[in-house]
Amino acid sequence: MMNELISRDIHTLAAGLQRKDFSAVELVRAHIDRIRSREADISALITQTEEHALARAAEADARLAGGDAPLLCGIPFVLKDNICTEGIPTTCASRMLADYIPPYSATAYARLQEAGAVLLGKGNMDEFSMGSSTENSAFYPTRNPLDPIRVPGGSSGGPATAVAAGEVPFALGSDTGGSIRQPAAFCGLVGMKPTYGTVSRHGLVAFASSLDQIGPLTRTVRDNAAVLSCISGPDGQDDTARYTFAAAEDLFSGDIRGITVGLLRFPGDETDSAVRAAIEDTAAALAERGAQIREVTLLALKDALPAYYILSSAEASANLARYDGVRYGARAGSAGTPDELFCTTRSTYFGPEVRRRILLGTYALSAGHRDAFYLRAQNAARRIRTAFAENFAVCDCLLCPTAPTVAFPFREKTDPVAMYLGDLFTVPASLAGIPAISLPCGTSDGLPIGVQIMAAAGNDGLLYRLAAVIEEVHA
Amino acid sequence: MNFETVIGLEVHAELATKSKIFCSCPTDFGAPRNSQVCPICLGHPGTLPRLNRKVVEYAVMAGLATGCRIAEFSCMDRKNYFYPDLPKAYQISQDAYPLCLDGGLTVEGDSGGKFIRIERIHIEEDAGKLIHSRDEILADYNRCGIPLIEVVTAPDMRSAAEARAFVSELRTILRCLGVSDCRMQEGGLRCDVNISVRPTGSAKLGERTEIKNLNSFQFIEKAIEYESRRQIDILTAGGTVRRETRRFDEQTGTTHTLREKETAADYRFFPEPDIPPLRLSPADIEALAARLPELPAARRKRYAALGLPAADVHILTEDRALSDYFDRAIAAGKHPRITANLLLSEYLRLSEGESFSCPVAPERLAAVADLAGAGTVNASTAKKLAARLWEGDFDPAETVLREGLGQICDEGVLREGIRSVFSENEGLVAQIRAGKTAAAKALVGKCMGRFGGRAEPRLLNRLVDEALKK
Repeated sequence: MMNELISRDIHTLAAGLQRKDFSAVELVRAHIDRIRSREADISALITQTEEHALARAAEADARLAGGDAPLLCGIPFVLKDNICTEGIPTTCASRMLADYIPPYSATAYARLQEAGAVLLGKGNMDEFSMGSSTENSAFYPTRNPLDPIRVPGGSSGGPATAVAAGEVPFALGSDTGGSIRQPAAFCGLVGMKPTYGTVSRHGLVAFASSLDQIGPLTRTVRDNAAVLSCISGPDGQDDTARYTFAAAEDLFSGDIRGITVGLLRFPGDETDSAVRAAIEDTAAALAERGAQIREVTLLALKDALPAYYILSSAEASANLARYDGVRYGARAGSAGTPDELFCTTRSTYFGPEVRRRILLGTYALSAGHRDAFYLRAQNAARRIRTAFAENFAVCDCLLCPTAPTVAFPFREKTDPVAMYLGDLFTVPASLAGIPAISLPCGTSDGLPIGVQIMAAAGNDGLLYRLAAVIEEVHA
Repeated sequence: MNFETVIGLEVHAELATKSKIFCSCPTDFGAPRNSQVCPICLGHPGTLPRLNRKVVEYAVMAGLATGCRIAEFSCMDRKNYFYPDLPKAYQISQDAYPLCLDGGLTVEGDSGGKFIRIERIHIEEDAGKLIHSRDEILADYNRCGIPLIEVVTAPDMRSAAEARAFVSELRTILRCLGVSDCRMQEGGLRCDVNISVRPTGSAKLGERTEIKNLNSFQFIEKAIEYESRRQIDILTAGGTVRRETRRFDEQTGTTHTLREKETAADYRFFPEPDIPPLRLSPADIEALAARLPELPAARRKRYAALGLPAADVHILTEDRALSDYFDRAIAAGKHPRITANLLLSEYLRLSEGESFSCPVAPERLAAVADLAGAGTVNASTAKKLAARLWEGDFDPAETVLREGLGQICDEGVLREGIRSVFSENEGLVAQIRAGKTAAAKALVGKCMGRFGGRAEPRLLNRLVDEALKK
């Protein structure tokens, strides 16, 4: 029984629950057992919530017994550990928040709870989402379940690993410059960064507020759309949340005739040939199904990486300034002046990558450097938004790799800039606030390759429509 | 050499919204420490500010009432600095695109009316309050997120008196609008003063200092006077004034260096990504303009035209509730000056609380004023009637008739009474006639007493005079 319940998609499990083939408690127990057997090897989670989950599962069973339960009722999931859960630790994989228990819950989590979904744990991540390999977790690295000597990607590496290892059918991650899409690519999952403003950020611990979005990590495209439907829409708690995603009836009809797909070429692209070939094959498959393929180059994208690292670090320098040891979180000592308290606390409890970004961002905003860095980066971001807008006037969506390589081995990228360069394909959509999805499109030496599709703001449904076709091609 | 003092102000006024600027916590003053806080105003991880639309409305009204242009596009910014009273380590304020621009107020200057330019008014959040003790610092975050407007003037004032006049006029306007209580003793109105001196006639501004956080008219004046004297003394002695931020010591009335320019904070402003830019349509702005009450300056003009004494005009326009009450009374009656006199002499002192409140219907006060104006009752009876109305309602005209309170104007009746008072007070009458004229007042008083205070006073005076001369 147990094995039948593991590594299944949400829709299959939901059907089983509705048919009473198994109960939510049985489903949750199966996944708790799976977590027990897998965690020692992969370390996907920071916190496990077994007791909470079993109580919630019993509630879900009562609801299922009454009929008319939502799709996600009784389905287990994991949250990235930067999504606030009232009464349950939310650490951001940082020593700074190692003991922090939020007094409130994030909207996305609250909506999943309302739908009856069952939280099984909080996923590991790069500290405060700063990283692309989950090696920057202050606690421990997470191993790629497909090859334990390799990273699962990051920063949502824990949630991606939990899904890929069968610990849960879905997870929520957060994406600031690729943090959902790249681990999805490395772990062979579907990862969606919705249009900026689709999912409320209320309760998402901020890294770069103008870029952060919560999104689903799932085994299937259909599951992904279902989870996004559940968590999207304004909530009155986030003035920037204004879009609602609702899956259209014919979203998964497979009909993509007449859709124009731009095969996006990047200036200075050094993508692996296997990755490049998989993307070309995907484009060809879409063409066979009736899409029109054209080659697109957007010159403005050459500035995307530096602009992203300056803007995200600038915002982070302000967003992370609140961790000063005064009101919550870690505090180093108590003697001395407030300034001494701030300095000691922040130097002691932030890891090296977080300190690096805070310094970078502070520098970029400082008098005398602001014009050369922050304002230039803002202008570059504006040019990128314009370039995308012009492109989407003539081309429905854009196709490119999610990452230049497949999952890489631990400690391969010790130079921070080498790590940053891996985000080349994911940061443009973040800067433009447009939706982007990553899903598997082949393998290289047994490791999954991710293809990324981007579309105009608010056009999240189109991504699912195309992704469903790609998924079918590779099924 | 003579020097001229040049003053610019940054006035912070607390807005009188019920909830804070970015969360729904209440804004009541004096609540137990840290009782009006939530995860948002405490800056907990993952919380987001949501802009209270009332704050925007109030600030726009303040801008309109001070002649400002309202920006159709404005934007919140983060002002970054570390301090234990600032939970997010940044204050959400407005930097490049403030809500209101280019206004000004005409105030009583050193030589007649003077226009003081307002460069901008922007909205921002207040910080918390630190309580220092010998070996620890305690923080009270109740005030975090209380909405403020900051009004920034051009360097247009030339004396402490002009600065005071500006702050006073601004305060009266904000209170009249109802957008701020401006309670200075509670920190509801605070002032930073930028001050420099230059040789009289020089067009170039001198180096300036900034004195922070003055919270009373007296401190504003004292700080300006001290600081201007200090700068003049430096220049006279051949020294140079340093650009710096100074603190006013309320005990000694002097100012002291807080920080020098070289160590000035770099606030690293950038646009607040959590709050979309504010866009106001001309229709939005017009709708708010339509809600503006008649402003103090217009009221003053109107009252002066009614012939009210300047002092009464000033008192009436200080308090919107008092002025509104007065307007309702004069709309119901014919004698505004008597109404003002009764209102200010009888009711103002009985009104408790910050703004005027009164149990008497304004129409009743108008009726009393009209009885006095028509000569039906004399001034003293009018005052008694007004005072009685405070205790309980009645119809003044009917009561005058029923109780026979009408004024006595019949010369025969009055002469008769005077005669008998004279005969009962022969000694006093003799003293007055012998030259002790100061006692005449007492004699008139006795005569008035004879008529129960109802004699027409001028007539009575004349008849007593005549009787004395006989």
